[in-house]
Amino acid sequence: MSIAVRHLTKKFNGFTAVDDVSFNVETGELIAILGPSGSGKSTLLRIIAGLEIPNTGEIHLTGIETTLSSPQERNVGFVFQHYALFKHMTLYENIAFALKVRKVSRSEITERVNELLELVQLKGLEHRYPSQISGGQRQRVAVARALAARPRVLLLDEPFGALDAKVREELRKWILQLHEQTHVTTLFVTHDQHEALEIANKIFVMNKGRIEQEGTPREIFDRPLTPFVAEFVGESNFIEAEVSEPHLVRWGPINFSVNGYPLREKMRIYFRPNDVYVSSAPEQNHVKATIAKTRFKGPLIELTLHIGEGKHVIAHVPKGVSFTSGFTEGSEVYVGITEYHSFSKS
Amino acid sequence: MIGLQYAAGKLPEHDLMVTRSSRLSEPRWVRWIVIGISLLFVVVFLAVPLALVFVKAFEKGTEAYFMAVTTPDALAAIKLTLLTAAIAVPLNVVFGISAAWLIAKFNFPGKNVLTTLIDLPFTVSPVISGMLFVLLFGLQGVFGRWLDEHNVKIIFAVPGIVLSTIFVTFPFVARELIPIMQLSGTEEEEAAVVLGASGWKTFFKVTLPNIKWGLMYGIIVCNARAMGEFGAVSVVSGHIRGATNTIPLQAEILYNEYHITAAFSVASLLTFLAVVTLIIKKVAEIKIRRQASTTNSQSFTGTL
Repeated sequence: MSIAVRHLTKKFNGFTAVDDVSFNVETGELIAILGPSGSGKSTLLRIIAGLEIPNTGEIHLTGIETTLSSPQERNVGFVFQHYALFKHMTLYENIAFALKVRKVSRSEITERVNELLELVQLKGLEHRYPSQISGGQRQRVAVARALAARPRVLLLDEPFGALDAKVREELRKWILQLHEQTHVTTLFVTHDQHEALEIANKIFVMNKGRIEQEGTPREIFDRPLTPFVAEFVGESNFIEAEVSEPHLVRWGPINFSVNGYPLREKMRIYFRPNDVYVSSAPEQNHVKATIAKTRFKGPLIELTLHIGEGKHVIAHVPKGVSFTSGFTEGSEVYVGITEYHSFSKS
Repeated sequence: MIGLQYAAGKLPEHDLMVTRSSRLSEPRWVRWIVIGISLLFVVVFLAVPLALVFVKAFEKGTEAYFMAVTTPDALAAIKLTLLTAAIAVPLNVVFGISAAWLIAKFNFPGKNVLTTLIDLPFTVSPVISGMLFVLLFGLQGVFGRWLDEHNVKIIFAVPGIVLSTIFVTFPFVARELIPIMQLSGTEEEEAAVVLGASGWKTFFKVTLPNIKWGLMYGIIVCNARAMGEFGAVSVVSGHIRGATNTIPLQAEILYNEYHITAAFSVASLLTFLAVVTLIIKKVAEIKIRRQASTTNSQSFTGTL
């Protein structure tokens, strides 16, 4: 149930949607392809399903080359963003569709459909039509329909894109559960980093048709390899400065140590708001700052810290800490940056 | 003409659909005047003439009526009309579905040209459409000599009538289906294909059920026009009694020869067809709207 993709390229009228992409997915993995809209992630998924034909490259599903096989031959499960349920069929008929076209016997179909209805928790609704159920339920039917013929891989294209926040949250948990039960190799496309970080055991971050980085959610979040990943995944403060002394970038009163870059090299440095440590008492290596603005963000308080002439840093502190430390607009604090990522600008 | 029937059939229905807030409403006397004018128009121009056709047809009793519609010439005209429709409508259904499929689901160079060309028979006067075929297949026409040498008769014969009818009626099915297909997109078809359905299966199990009421609507109006077409058919037919006269041509001949009752008896057949067509059309419209509302989109009828 593995997927291997080699040097895949897809061009549309001169626009390169997928640019020399290669990766391996092992059996049973749950992979998120994360990227902004237009990064080529949906096209990549459609190529794997056989809905688009690549210009160059190869696809192997379970070790068999399928680059040019028809979608019918590939036996993949595909879940569309807008469900694409058959409007004129009941949920039962929708789920049974793949089995019917494979001429599976009636009793087997009934058995399998009931099993799937159980799995997606929609028992009792099988005689309804798609227009008679909620968005979240429709998405679950779409997943059940895709799983019916025991596909080699399950592909989900922005599966929760059209749903409201609460339902998305529930479905995320449900997809995780489902994956634990079925262990089907799953690839899902999303532009929502929270979704990718929470569900996937591996993330491919895509930008401009290329995979910028692949790794576990932890690796992606804690050790971004490119400026794009640092910027796209999680929130980041972002500064530009020069290497002014050996292994040192000075930005106002703050020093960042960087290794392996020559003097005068222009650098971009990223650090996350939750890696900005704020205290009301002075500490070693911390610099003085003024709170220019506070903003309520639910469990967190976002502080805009004025560090020096035109230099601001965003920090996130837990609501309780902010309250007990008396962080209010105008108060003086001390700031240290515990973790950051530096890249050469060129 | 069919075009007028649409306009008249549509307007009152849309008024009923719209429930306007009282704030937007005109004063009562304005509303009554507007309703009065439309009602008067419908009665004078549609209802009365329609009724008159039947009154005239049965003027001399039912016996005379049946005599008139069962003369050999009338029967031949009815047969020819049915034959023409039986050939033209299925061909246009096949053509209409393929053209709509092509235009709605694919992007290709020349798509706009094709979309415009489909409308050509609507914009060209039917008489000119008929003359086009005379130009092509007439004795002095492009293929005229060759056809004559091979003893094939198209103009002043049944093939010409069928051809010009196909030409005049071919936009109906395609025009009706294009917006429906565009609205439903390609996702359901893609889903079917990925689930393992062949092209034919996808068409019959997924595409066709989604367009069936629109298709029905298209077939009905196409059929009505195919049976009622006068201009184009008149040019190519040659008016040979019992051989190349369709019902409308037969009615005209009888009328010109002052067989008024007979003319209206034959005409009443077409009128009856028109009424039946309107009823089926109405049912199809309701079904389409119901289907549209389940997909959460606006009504897409009435594109003609």
